[in-house]
Amino acid sequence: MRLHNLNRGFFHWLAVIAITLACISIEGEWKWLSEYPNAFIAPFSDWLNVIMDWTVNNCGSFFMGISWLLEWPIWAVQKVLNWLPWSVSVFLFSAVAYAASGWRLAIFTLSATIYMVVIGYWEESMNSLSLVAISVPLAILIGFVIGVWGFYSDRAERVIMPSLDLFQTVPAFAYLLPILLLFGFGTVVGLIASVLYSFPPMVRNTIIGLRSVAPEVIESGLMSGATPSQLFWQVRVPSCRRQILLGVNQATMASLSMVIIASIIGGTSDIGWEVLTTIRKAQFGESLLVGMVIALMAMIIDRITFGLAQRSGIYDPNQQGLFERYRLLLIAALGGAVLFVLAQIFSVLVDWPREMVWSPGRAMNDGLAYLIINYHAQIDAVKTFAFFYVMLPIKIGLQGAVSPFTWGFALTPYHKAIYTLAMAGFSLWLGLRGKNMAGVLVMLFAVFIYFGLTNIPWPCVILIYGVIGWKVGGRNLGLGTMLGFGFMAVTGNWAEAMLSIYLCGIAAIISFIFGTSVGIWAAHNDRVSAFVRPINDTMQTMPLFVILIPFVMVFKIGEFTGLLAIIAYAFVPAIRYAEHGLRNLPETVIEAANMMGATKNQLLWRVKIPLALPVMMLGLNQTIMYAIAMLVIAALVGTNGLEQIVYIGLSDGNFGIGIIAGLGMAIIAIIADRTTQAWSRTRREQLGLDASL
Amino acid sequence: MKTSVEDRKEIKLSCRNVWKVYGARPEGFFENGNGLVKDVSSHAEKLRENDHIVANADVTFDVHAGEIFVIMGLSGSGKSTIVRCLSRLVEPTAGEIILDGEDLLKKSDAELIDIRRHKMGMVFQSFGLMPHLNVIDNVAFPLKLQGKAENECYQQAKRVIELVELQGRENNYPKELSGGQQQRVGIARSLAVEPDIWFLDEPFSALDPLIRKQMQDEFLSIQLKLQKSIVFITHDFHEALRLADRMAIMRDGAIVQIGRPVDLILNPVDDYIREFTLDVPWETILTAADIAEPSDEPLAGLGSVSEDTLIEKLLYYLGDNDRGVIVHAKDGSVLGVATARGVVKALSAGSGPDTSSVKV
Ligand SMILES: Nc1ncnc2c1ncn2[C@@H]1O[C@H](COP(=O)(O)OP(=O)(O)O)[C@@H](O)[C@H]1O
Ligand SMILES: [Mg+2]
Repeated sequence: MRLHNLNRGFFHWLAVIAITLACISIEGEWKWLSEYPNAFIAPFSDWLNVIMDWTVNNCGSFFMGISWLLEWPIWAVQKVLNWLPWSVSVFLFSAVAYAASGWRLAIFTLSATIYMVVIGYWEESMNSLSLVAISVPLAILIGFVIGVWGFYSDRAERVIMPSLDLFQTVPAFAYLLPILLLFGFGTVVGLIASVLYSFPPMVRNTIIGLRSVAPEVIESGLMSGATPSQLFWQVRVPSCRRQILLGVNQATMASLSMVIIASIIGGTSDIGWEVLTTIRKAQFGESLLVGMVIALMAMIIDRITFGLAQRSGIYDPNQQGLFERYRLLLIAALGGAVLFVLAQIFSVLVDWPREMVWSPGRAMNDGLAYLIINYHAQIDAVKTFAFFYVMLPIKIGLQGAVSPFTWGFALTPYHKAIYTLAMAGFSLWLGLRGKNMAGVLVMLFAVFIYFGLTNIPWPCVILIYGVIGWKVGGRNLGLGTMLGFGFMAVTGNWAEAMLSIYLCGIAAIISFIFGTSVGIWAAHNDRVSAFVRPINDTMQTMPLFVILIPFVMVFKIGEFTGLLAIIAYAFVPAIRYAEHGLRNLPETVIEAANMMGATKNQLLWRVKIPLALPVMMLGLNQTIMYAIAMLVIAALVGTNGLEQIVYIGLSDGNFGIGIIAGLGMAIIAIIADRTTQAWSRTRREQLGLDASL
Repeated sequence: MKTSVEDRKEIKLSCRNVWKVYGARPEGFFENGNGLVKDVSSHAEKLRENDHIVANADVTFDVHAGEIFVIMGLSGSGKSTIVRCLSRLVEPTAGEIILDGEDLLKKSDAELIDIRRHKMGMVFQSFGLMPHLNVIDNVAFPLKLQGKAENECYQQAKRVIELVELQGRENNYPKELSGGQQQRVGIARSLAVEPDIWFLDEPFSALDPLIRKQMQDEFLSIQLKLQKSIVFITHDFHEALRLADRMAIMRDGAIVQIGRPVDLILNPVDDYIREFTLDVPWETILTAADIAEPSDEPLAGLGSVSEDTLIEKLLYYLGDNDRGVIVHAKDGSVLGVATARGVVKALSAGSGPDTSSVKV
C-alpha cells in the first residue's frame, strides 16, 4: 500500500473536487450556483459615479487649476521642439546618444530620427516627445520623494507598497476617464496618466537602492563628519546611483508606453493618435510605420538612460582642462548652431517637403491584401482550428464544444465514460506513484476541460482558487484570493472576470511553454541566445498597440487575434527567466551530476530544470503580468472580458463601471503575482538557493 | 619601545562602565545612566532573561596617548559595538566615554560632527569606501565635507595616498582595486583629516594572510611616523601580539583581562585567556626581563644580556649554563638573573597547576 503517501493536502483536494462535481450536478435545481444572483450585486459603480459627480461639481476648479499649471510646460517644450529645424534636433539627439553610450547608439539614433522625418511624422513625434519630456521628470521627482519617504518610514512603506501594486495593475483605460473628468480634455490627461503609471518603478528602485547601501559606507560617511543632509546627498544617494537610474529608465519606458495609450482619448496630434486613427481606417501599413516611431523612440530613450546609468563619472580634476571637460558640449552647441544657420538657407533642413515623404504604407497594404486574398483558406483554417479545438473547449468545456458541427461527432455516454475512466485512472496512477500533486492537477484539469472554465459554478471557482492560494502561500493568501474573487462576484462582473482569466490563462500558458522552451535552447546555445536577445529587447520596448497591428492585419478583429497579440508580448519574460535560471545554476551541482554519469537528457530534466524551476516560475509570474497588460489593449480588437468593460466604461463615459472592472483586473493580477511569487520563494528555500532574487 | 608607553600615562580616551544593550527597553535597567551596577554578570544575565541582547557589559579601559590599544575577542564578543560606542556611531545604553577630558556622550550633534571631522579617524573591516568615488575623491571626501577648497583637499589627499603607497591609482574606482589596496584607501581616508585618535575595526581580517602580514608591517611603520592614539580591533591573537602596546580580551560583551601581551601570556586570569595563549610562540614574545629573578648568589662569572633580549636568543646559552645570565636594564642597573628554571616557570604559567601526570 502506498496510501501513506497520500497526505492531508491530497484529501483536501479530493474534497474540493468532490464539492465541485456535486455543485455541478445540482446546478440545474439551484440556479444561484451557476449564475451569481442579481439581487446580491452591490451597485458600487453607481456609488462611485455619485462621488465622482460631486467631486467634479465641487472641486472642479481646483483640478482645472492644476491642469492649467501642467499645460504650460508641455506647451513650452512643444513650441521649442517644433521651432527647432529637424536637422538641428536630429543632430543634438545623436550627440546625446553618443555621450551616453558611444558611436553605435549615435548612428542608430541618427537613422531612427531621420526615419521619422522621411516618413513624414516629425511633428507628431516631437509632440509625443514633449509630453514624455515633462511626464518623465515629474514621475521621477514624485517617485524619488515617495521612495525616500518610504525608506525612512516603515509605516509609510506599508501603505506605499500595496498602492504601487494597484497603480501598476489597474489598467490605464480605467483611470483615463476620471482624469478626463477632473482635469479636462487635452494633453494633460496623457501627462497625468503617464505620471501615475510611471512613478511606481521609481519608488521601488529608490527604496531598494537606499536599502542596499552598505552600513559601513554609511558609517564611514558619518565618521567623515557628514551632516545629515551631506550623508543623504553625498553618501546614500550617489552610492546607489545605479539602482536609482534603473528606476529612471523603467519610469521612462512606462511613461512612454502610457503616453501612447492615453492618446486614445484624442485631442492631440501625436504619434499615439496617428496609430489609432490609421488602425481605425484599416491602413495597417501606415499604422505599423507610425507605430515603429514609438518603438524607435522607446529604444533610443531606453538605451540612453541605460547608458547613463552604466557610465561612472570619469572625472579627473587634476588632468583635464576646461576645454577637455566640456568638449562634447561645445561640439554639440557648435554643430547645432551651424546646422541652424544652414537651415535658414536650405529650407529642406527645416521642413521636410511633402513630396519627398517616402512611405511604403500603401504598398504594404496592397501586399497584405494580396496575401489575405490568396491565403484566405489557410488563414481561416488556422483560426477555425484554434477556435474549435483549443479555445472553445477551454471556454465552455468539451461537453459544449464537441458537437457534430465542430468536432464531427456528438458526445455519447460512451465517450463520457471513457473520458472519465481515462482521467480518473491516470490521476490514480500518478497518485499511487507518489506524485499526489500531479494526480490532483490532472483531476482538476479533467474537470475544467470537461465543463469549461466559464461553466464551473462560481462558489466552486472561489473555493478552488482559494485553496490553491492557501496551499501555495499560506492562510492569508488563500483568504485574500477568496475575497478578491468575491469582489468580482459582488460587483456583478463574474462572467467577464472568468472570460478574462480564460483568455489570459491560455495565453500565459502557451507563452510560458513556448518561451521557456526557447529559453532552454538559448541557455545551451550561445548562437541562439545572441539571436533572441535583440528580439526580446525589441519586443519589450515595443508599444503594446504596435504589437497588436500585424495580428489585426492578418486575422481581423476577434478573440483569436487578441490571444495571438498577448502571446507575442508575453513570451519574452519566459525566455529571459528560463535562460537566466539555467545559466546561473550552482556549478558544483552540475559537476556532481556529470560525475555520476548523467546523460545530457537526464542532466537537463533531472537536475537543471528542477533547480532552475523557481526562477522559471518568476518568468511565469512576469508572463502573466505581461499578458494582463496586453489583455487590456486587446479589448480594442473585441474580446469579452473585464477589459472590455473597462474600455466600454471609457468610451461611454461611465466612470464607475470602468474603475470597478479595472480593479477586478488589478485583483486578478495581484493574486496571480502573489501566488507565483510565493511558490517560487518556497521552492527556492526548499532547494537552499539564494532566496532573494 | 613597548614599555616606554607606560612612562607617560597621559590618557587620551577613556571608557567607563559602558553598557550597550539591544532590545525593547534597556534603559529601564540602568537607573542613573552611569553604568555602575553591583554585580555585572548577574545584571547582564537579568537583561538577557528579559529578551535583551547585551553587546557590551560594563566595559572600562583607558587608551593612552600614542599607544596601540588592541581589543581582541571571538566574533560576536562585542568588539565592533564597543569601538562604535567610542565614536558614538552607536549610542551606549549606559556609562561614560571621555575624550581629552570631556564627556563625549554629552556632546551635541553639531559638536560631534566637529569632533569626527577633526579628531577621529576610522577604518572598517569591509573598507566602507564610497563606490561612486575614485581613490583620490574617496580620500578627499572627509576634507570636502568640511568645505575646504578643492585644491587644498586634493593636495592633502595626495600626501596621505603617498603615505599608504597608492600613488598612481588615484583615478581607480574601489571595485578596480584588490582588497589590500582598498584597505589602503580606507586607511588613507581615515588619516586625511589628521585625527588624534584612530579606530580600526578588524581592518585586515578580510585580507589574505600574506597581505595581512605586509599591511601590519606598514601599519606599524605609519604609526612610528604619526604616533596616533589607536584602538585596534582584531579577532586574531597573533595580530594582537604583533601590534599591541596593551590589549584587552573580551568575552560575551565584557572585558576579561587587560594588560601588556606578555602579562596576558604569563598571567592569564582564566582558562579562556589561557586558551588563546596556548599556541603562542612564547620564545618570540618573552624577553629576558620577563623571566629575570633576583638572585642571592654571587654574580661573578655570569654572562650578561640587555633586558629586551628575546628568550629565543638565550635558550642555547641557558642550556649550557645552569647558573643563568645577568639581565641589565637600559640604564645599566641589574634587574636580576635569567635562568633555565625561570624560563620553565614562565611557561608553566600558561599551562596551569596540573601535576596529575607526575608520579611521586
Ligand atoms: N543592531 C543590533 N541589534 C541587535 N543586536 C546586535 C546589533 N549589533 C550587534 N548586536 C549583537 O551584539 C553582539 C556583539 O556584536 P559585535 O559587536 O558586532 O561583535 P564582534 O564585532 O565582536 O564580532 C552580537 O551578539 C550581535 O548579534
Ligand atoms: Mg565585528
